[in-house]
Amino acid sequence: MSVVRQRVFRNAYRDSVELMRIAAEVERFPGVIRAGLVMCTPANLAIVAEAGLSEGLDPTAGPNDMAVALAADDDTAADAAFERAATLMRGAAAEAAGEGQRFVPTTISEALADLPGANVALISTPGTYATAEAMKALKRGLHVFLFSDNVSIEDEIELKQLGVLKGLLVMGPDCGTAILDGVPLGFANEVRRGGVGLVGASGTGLQQVTCLLDAFGAGVSQAIGVGGRDLHEEVGGLMMLAALERLVADQGTEVVVLVSKPPAPSVAAKVLAAASTATKPVVVNFLGGDAEAIRASGAHAGTTFEEAAQVAAGLILGSPLPPLEDGHGNPAELAAGLVPGQDRIAGLYSGGSLASEAKVVLKGLLGAEVAGAQQIIDLGDDEYTVGRPHPMIDPRLRSEKIEEAGGDSRVAVILLDIVLGYASHPDPAGALIPAIEAAREAARRDGRGLAVVASLCGTVHDLQGFVGQRAILADAGVRLVASNARAARLAGLVVQHTAMRGVPA
Amino acid sequence: MLANGVRALNIGLAGFAEPISAAGAAVLNLDWRPPAGADAELGMLVARLEDDPDDAIGAAVATANRTALDRLLGASPFLIDVQPAGDAIPGLQGRMLLHSGPPISWERMCGPMRGAIIGALLFEGWASTPEEAERLAVGNEIAFDACHHHGAVGPMAGVVSPSMPVVVVENTTAGNRSFATLNEGLGKVLRFGAYDDSVLERLRWFRDAFGPTLSRALEATGPIDLKSITGQALQMGDEGHNRNVAATSLLVRSLAPTLVRTAREVDAVAALDFLRGNDHFFLNLSMAACKASLDAAHGVPGSTVVTAMSRNGVDFGVRLSGTGNAWYTAPVGVPDGLYFPGYGPEDANPDLGDSAITETCGIGGFAMAAAPAIVRFVGGTAADALNYTREMYRITLERNPAFALPPLGFAGSPTGIDARRVVESGVQPVINTGIAHKLPGVGQIGAGIARAPLSCFADALRALAAQLHVPGAT
Repeated sequence: MSVVRQRVFRNAYRDSVELMRIAAEVERFPGVIRAGLVMCTPANLAIVAEAGLSEGLDPTAGPNDMAVALAADDDTAADAAFERAATLMRGAAAEAAGEGQRFVPTTISEALADLPGANVALISTPGTYATAEAMKALKRGLHVFLFSDNVSIEDEIELKQLGVLKGLLVMGPDCGTAILDGVPLGFANEVRRGGVGLVGASGTGLQQVTCLLDAFGAGVSQAIGVGGRDLHEEVGGLMMLAALERLVADQGTEVVVLVSKPPAPSVAAKVLAAASTATKPVVVNFLGGDAEAIRASGAHAGTTFEEAAQVAAGLILGSPLPPLEDGHGNPAELAAGLVPGQDRIAGLYSGGSLASEAKVVLKGLLGAEVAGAQQIIDLGDDEYTVGRPHPMIDPRLRSEKIEEAGGDSRVAVILLDIVLGYASHPDPAGALIPAIEAAREAARRDGRGLAVVASLCGTVHDLQGFVGQRAILADAGVRLVASNARAARLAGLVVQHTAMRGVPA
Repeated sequence: MLANGVRALNIGLAGFAEPISAAGAAVLNLDWRPPAGADAELGMLVARLEDDPDDAIGAAVATANRTALDRLLGASPFLIDVQPAGDAIPGLQGRMLLHSGPPISWERMCGPMRGAIIGALLFEGWASTPEEAERLAVGNEIAFDACHHHGAVGPMAGVVSPSMPVVVVENTTAGNRSFATLNEGLGKVLRFGAYDDSVLERLRWFRDAFGPTLSRALEATGPIDLKSITGQALQMGDEGHNRNVAATSLLVRSLAPTLVRTAREVDAVAALDFLRGNDHFFLNLSMAACKASLDAAHGVPGSTVVTAMSRNGVDFGVRLSGTGNAWYTAPVGVPDGLYFPGYGPEDANPDLGDSAITETCGIGGFAMAAAPAIVRFVGGTAADALNYTREMYRITLERNPAFALPPLGFAGSPTGIDARRVVESGVQPVINTGIAHKLPGVGQIGAGIARAPLSCFADALRALAAQLHVPGAT
C-alpha cells in the first residue's frame, strides 16, 4: 500500500525549472512512485492535486514556500526521498560550472573567424568533397593547395578559372608539394631560400629540382605545384601561366624554372610565349619535350631535372658550375657478378615524375625499343594506391616489389628513388633495407648477382638526416648517385654493358 | 609573395600542419568532416552560395544578407496598443481563425490545436457546443490561416479569433507592425487546447476588461520600448522565451502607475493581480517584437537569413528572407525535457507554436547563456548554457549589440541564422519550448529543448539556389 506525503520548506524559493529537475531525480529514487517539487502558488497546488499528491498537505503553505510532494511505497522510502530532495537542493547551487567547451572549427567560414587573415587553404579531404572546400576557400580569398585527388577535370577547370578571376593560386588537384615564402606545404624538402622560383606540374619533379638547386648552392624563393593536368589541353596551363606571372612579379625571384611532363602542343606554345616575354630568365624542363622549341622562345632548356637545376643555379651563381659530387658510378663494376640473361632494369619508384624522368633518360640512352622493355613502375600511381597509403609514406608495397625483382632471373639492376622531406616516411632508406637484402640473397642463391642503384631526393637539412640515409644505403651495397637522372643512366649503362660483353666470364 | 606570410587553414590530413608551424607560420587545423551530412551535391550548393564579391551569386547573397541583417539589427519594436484582433490584424476578416506554425488543415491538426480552435469558435459564439464547433471546423465555413501570414505570432496552438485582444507592436524603423494575443498564464489555457468555462471566462475578461484597460494605460504611457526591456531582462536571468519573469516585471513596472490612473479600481486591481500571477506575460510581447524585427528583414531576394521558424504540432517550418512566403517543412519531434508530476514523454504532443520566432531573432535558446536556470530542463549545467549560445554563434552571421550576454563577456546574442551555415555544419538551431499534452485541454505538462530539423534548411537553400540560377540547383 503506497503512501502520499509532503514536506514543506518555508521561504525556500527555487526556480521552477530547478525544482522540476530535482523532482525528476527524486522520482528515480528507490521506493518513490511519483514526485513533484513546487512553489506553493495556487496554480502549482492545483497541479499537485491533479497528480494526486496533495492529500494531507499543510494548508498554510503559501507562494513563498516550497513543497516536496510524493507518492512512495512506504513511509521509510518517503523519508529517505525527502532527505534526498533536501540534499539535491543544497547541492544544486554548488555544482561545478566547469570550463565551457571550445568548438574546434569544422568549416572554412568558422575557421576564418579563428585565424583572421588566413591566406592559404591546404585541402586533403576525399576527392568527392574537395571541390566544394576549394571553391569556398577561393571565394573567401584564400590560395588553395589541393592535395586531394579524384577531382574531375571539369571541376579543376572551374576552380582554376575562379582562381584566375580572383588572382589566387589553385595548386592542384593532386598537388604534392609547394614552398611559399619559405613555408613548406605537403611533401617538401628543407631547402635554402634564394632566388629561384619554380612552377611544377609534377610533385617529385619539383622536389628533385629544389633539392638539386640546394646541392648546387642555390636557393628557392617559391615553389608552386599546379597539379599534373594543368598543362593538358583542357586546362590550358591556367595555373602555370598565373604562377609564372606571379614569379616574374615576385621581388625575391631572379630566375624562374618551369617543370612539366611534355605539355599539349597548344599549351606548350602558350607557356613558351609567356616565357619569351618574361622580364626574368626562364628555364624550362618539359621532361623529354622539344628542347629546340624552348630555346627558340628565348628560354633556357633543361632536359633533365638535374640539368634544369644546374642551369638555373648557374644563372644565379654564375656559370659554369662544377658537377655534383658522387660521380656517375662505374657500370662495369656494377655489372660484375651478373650472369647471362640478366638484361632488365626493375625501376621501382615512389615518385611519379622521377619514374617519368627515368624513362626519358633510358630512351635517350638505349633507344625506344630497349628502353620500352624495361620495367619502370610508379608505385604511387592510382592503380597501386587504392586502399593503401602512398609509397612515400608506406614502404610495404615497394618492399614486396623489390623482393619479387630479386627472384626474377632477368633483372640485372634494381633502380630506386628515396624521397626525403616533410610528410615522407621517417626512415625511407632503412625501411627498404630488409627487402634489398632479401632480394640480393635470393639472387645469390640462384647464382646471380644483383645491382642496386638509387638516388636520394633530399637535403642535409631534411628531418630524416641525409647523411644517415646515405650511410644506410651504402652499407647495404646500394650504389648512390647524385640525381635520379644519373641513377637511371647508370642503370641503363649496366644493362648495356652486360649486353655488349655478351656472355660474361 | 603573400602580404603577411603564410597563414594556413589545414583541411584534412592533420600532419600537413606540422611543417608549416615548424617553419614559424600560423596554421589552424579544422575538425573537418564531410559537410551537409556528407551530401556532396548539397555541399557543393553551399559552396556556390558562399560570399564572394567577385562572383555574381556570391555577391548577390552577401549583399542581400547584409541588407537583411541591417534591417533585423536596426529594428525598433515598440508596444503601441492593445486592440481586438479583427480590428488590428490585416486580412483577419469574417469567419477566419489564425493558428501557429506553417499552414495546416483541420484534418491534419494535432489535438491541442483542435481544442484551441473549438475554444475560439465557442468564444466567438460561432458555435454553442464543442460538437457544433467541430462540425463547423470540418466543414468549409471557417477559414484557417497561419498567424505568420498576417504579421501575427501565437504561442503553442496560437489560435487568434477576431474578438481576442492582441498587442500591437510597431517597428518604428521600418513602420511594419506585428501582433500577438495576450498571454493567459499557465494551467488550463486555450493555447494548450483547453476550452472549459474557466478558459472562455478568462478570454471574455481579456476582451471586455483587461484588453481595454491595457489600451487606455498605453495611450497614457506612450509606446513602450520592447527591445530595451528584452536587453535588460537578458541581464536579469531571462532568455526571452521560456523565462520571462524579469521582462514581465519590467513591463508591469512601466505600466502600473498609468494603469492605476486610467482604469476603474476594480479593473486595475484585476489587471495587476493577473500580471502578478503570470511570469510569462511578456512572452507574447517578446514574440511580437521578434516578429516585427524579422518581418522587416524578410523579402530580400537572395538572402539566406532565416526569418521564421515555427511549428504547428505536426510540421516544423522555416522561411528564408530570400524565398518569399514559401514554407519549407519537415515532421516535428517531441522536445527533450522535464515533465510535471504524473506525465512523461508518452503524453507529449510534438513541438508546437510560433514562439521559436524568439530563437530566430537571437534570443530564447540562442541566449541560453543569459539564463542558466533554463538549461536545467535537460539536466544541464551552467557551462552547458554557455555552450548552447556558443554553438549558435556557428550558424549566425551577427552578434546583436542590443542583447548583451553577461556570462560571455557581454557579447551580443547570436543573431541572423544563416541557412548556409546550418546546412554546411549540421548544427541544428536550439529552441527552448514548453511541452503540451497531446490531448486537447490537458495543458502544459513540461518544458524542454528542441532542435530544428535540418532538412527544412536544406530544402529552403535548394529553392533559393534555384532562384539564383546556381548550377546544379533545381
